[in-house]
Amino acid sequence: MTDNIYMPYLMKVERITWEAPGVKTFMLRFLNEEDQDKFNFKAGQFGEYSVYGVGESTFCIASSPTRKGYIECTFRQTGKVTNALAGCEEGSVLGFRGPYGNIFPIDEWKGKNLLFIAGGIALPPMRCVIWNALDLRENFKDITIIYGARSTKDLVYKHELKDWELRKDVKLITTVDPGGESPDWKGEIGFVPTIVEKIAPSSVNTIAIVCGPPVMIKYTFPVLAKLGFSDGNIFTTLENRMKCGFGKCGRCNVGKVYVCKDGPVFTLKQLKELPDEY
Amino acid sequence: MDDLRKRAKELLEASAVKVVIGYENGTENKTRAIFVEKPEDTGKLIFDSRCIMNLASYLTKHEVKNKGKMAVTATLPVMRAIIQLASEFQVNDSNLLVLGITPESKLIEFKDLAEVESFVHKYQIEIDVRNKEMLDKIDKMPASERWNFWIKELAPCFKCYACRAACPMCYCHRCTVDFNQPQWIPVPSHELGNLEWHIMRAVHLAGRCVDCDACYNACPLAIPLNLLTKRMLIDAKEHFGGYQPAIKAEHLMSTYKPDDKENFIL
Amino acid sequence: MNSDRRLIRKDSLEKLFKALKQNNKTIIGPALQNGKISYKISNNYSEITSDYIQTTQSSKEIAFPRTEKILAYSKNAEGMSVKGIDIKDIPEIVLWGVRPCDAIGIGELSAIFNWDYKDEIFNNRLSKVTVLGFSCSKADEYCFCTSVGGNPGNTEGSDILFTQLGENGDYLAEILTEKGSLIVSMAEALFERAGKVEKEKFLVDVPVRFNHEDVRNKLTTFFESGEWVQQSLKCLGCGACAYVCPTCACFDIQDEAHGKSGSRVRCWDSCGFSLFTLHTSGHNPREVQSQRWRQRIMHKFSYMPDRLSVFGCTGCGRCSRACPADMNILEHLISIQEATV
Repeated sequence: MTDNIYMPYLMKVERITWEAPGVKTFMLRFLNEEDQDKFNFKAGQFGEYSVYGVGESTFCIASSPTRKGYIECTFRQTGKVTNALAGCEEGSVLGFRGPYGNIFPIDEWKGKNLLFIAGGIALPPMRCVIWNALDLRENFKDITIIYGARSTKDLVYKHELKDWELRKDVKLITTVDPGGESPDWKGEIGFVPTIVEKIAPSSVNTIAIVCGPPVMIKYTFPVLAKLGFSDGNIFTTLENRMKCGFGKCGRCNVGKVYVCKDGPVFTLKQLKELPDEY
Repeated sequence: MDDLRKRAKELLEASAVKVVIGYENGTENKTRAIFVEKPEDTGKLIFDSRCIMNLASYLTKHEVKNKGKMAVTATLPVMRAIIQLASEFQVNDSNLLVLGITPESKLIEFKDLAEVESFVHKYQIEIDVRNKEMLDKIDKMPASERWNFWIKELAPCFKCYACRAACPMCYCHRCTVDFNQPQWIPVPSHELGNLEWHIMRAVHLAGRCVDCDACYNACPLAIPLNLLTKRMLIDAKEHFGGYQPAIKAEHLMSTYKPDDKENFIL
Repeated sequence: MNSDRRLIRKDSLEKLFKALKQNNKTIIGPALQNGKISYKISNNYSEITSDYIQTTQSSKEIAFPRTEKILAYSKNAEGMSVKGIDIKDIPEIVLWGVRPCDAIGIGELSAIFNWDYKDEIFNNRLSKVTVLGFSCSKADEYCFCTSVGGNPGNTEGSDILFTQLGENGDYLAEILTEKGSLIVSMAEALFERAGKVEKEKFLVDVPVRFNHEDVRNKLTTFFESGEWVQQSLKCLGCGACAYVCPTCACFDIQDEAHGKSGSRVRCWDSCGFSLFTLHTSGHNPREVQSQRWRQRIMHKFSYMPDRLSVFGCTGCGRCSRACPADMNILEHLISIQEATV
């Protein structure tokens, strides 16, 4: 048997970070060093993570490709596989297939301002590209991150938010939905689109990257349009259900596009050409 | 047939119903469902002995239901299914009018579902002779032979769920087989997966199945899976009294009675 | 390789069958079960039927089984061991009695499994299959191969194509590939030189009912049409059409655990099921049956030709024959072609 494209790498769970209720980050290392050496990915790509005997689940690689030797994933405990993942301990062995899908064209963004807008559990797909940009900080001008969650406890990567807050070369705005603030909350209060409108970042020479729940995305796009962002300068990721990850199982097919192959990263311009089936 | 068309036309013209669900000619001498919404299309309606599909399956489908009040061409098995659906609060007088077809192929008008129920109660559900013989034969098999019989019969099943889709009683928005926490029934089609699926389905239909054979007729592989539901019908009768769909029924399998036989408990 | 045309006597087919058996081939051919014609492993020639228009299921299962192990794992004291499947376990198969609309489907299926990533499990299975096609002298109301570029005597996908020369006649054998020649070499004497044969005379006439390129063009502006809702009202939402289809390849991946070991399997799935696209969040991009029916047609007649340069339909008519609600794809394609919007 030659290459079995369904064969995952074996990965060891090296560190588990509790991010928010039901949300964990796994740092995974390749059990086989040769696999590690061959492995390469770029910001925006995803993989199939598996618990043997339970199944596979799709999520992005949440760590930056500039950080070698490991990958990280962040997931919320919701379905069969994520529940099983949540039950894993440090030292557990998992399967990982990937990387799959397209990438954020970060090389093309050199010399531009980057505006990251994320909501809730959608920060992980963006964290990869944020760290990628920060690790190559000199390539970009202003970096702004607007991140919102339902409540303070739902904010993920709390320790990294602190880092970003302290950095002089990053402008971080965090917000929680009205009623989700804690007594000591110093950030904004309001839904993400409202906060974007309030902050009113300049669209001049700026790329906007938006990830979040469908409703957040739906209301953020018009705000960005109002601020003068063109559809080609707004990026997002689609989260269609997937099984294979390489354009065969048919599940993520939307129009002519396979989200797993042609995505998950799309510009708003590309999205507008797709049927509304995502 | 002319009576049926005439009545359907009147109902649509008077806006008494929004859609008439009936039969039309299909491919290769088959018949199929038609959803007539305009009076001028009622001429397409037909009724004859080829009309065996159970149209009650469409009454719970939301694309059909959402059209507004429905009238449906209903033979005895369809009427039975309607009464069972009414008892499970899936249809009622405000959303459904029954255009009954008697076993003599005559159109019969019903004021409401209560009248349909009375009509249905004139007839007992009888398992046909051929299937009765088959069930007796299976009963007489030693357990291992019976096991092998079912393993072999269910082997071709590829889990297309046409049986479920065609069954008027399988209207659950999310079927047990679609749940994965826990995964009650294995998803793939293999010996265990097929066996568990068909047993689960038959048991969920015990005391609800109106013996219309829609599942068997729908099966593209002609698996005799209606033998399982027929068996349930016999067992239900034996253990819990006869089954006859009724709008205000105490459901056979979900109602405890002090005199229930409990000899099935090991 | 140019096709080599030979003649095989009607009575010699059984001898060919025996010769293949002697060469340890597993022969899978059309046989009667529960009143339906299915492909089954045939040990005797008498089990094979020649009186059929089309099998209920397609032959895709030979290369793309309904349930197939893609890896096995076991947990032990040393950790986890995972292994793939061994091609040695896959038998050499001769597929006997395949209709041209089924044989051509293998290529369409192959396009799906080989664009971009190459699916070696599929390819390995396929490499072990020899296809003995049989042309059609009969058709029914469901057949429409000629509307999608095929024909009742199409050689595409077959390793040898047999055409019976009249009722009870002998057969023309068109040897089309190396695999076909290998079969001939197992019973060389049975294959005589063919004289001049007008094969087309013996094929059933399947009238062209629509033009698949016209349908494809129409579909580019047809997405929002009300026709989809109209057509799919009677659709019950089962997966019969997809499962009998020679080109439907959508699948699911499932794990099956047995204590400390188990396997990961690939199994058929269908875009007609509401669960197919359901997100964990509860959001479903294709929430209603009309959207799922549209996806089925769009995928076969618009997306596949655009992405893979093949249509996802061979005109075999199986989906319509198997449909419990008599959704007739031919009728629906014609009405799409004729629709004014």
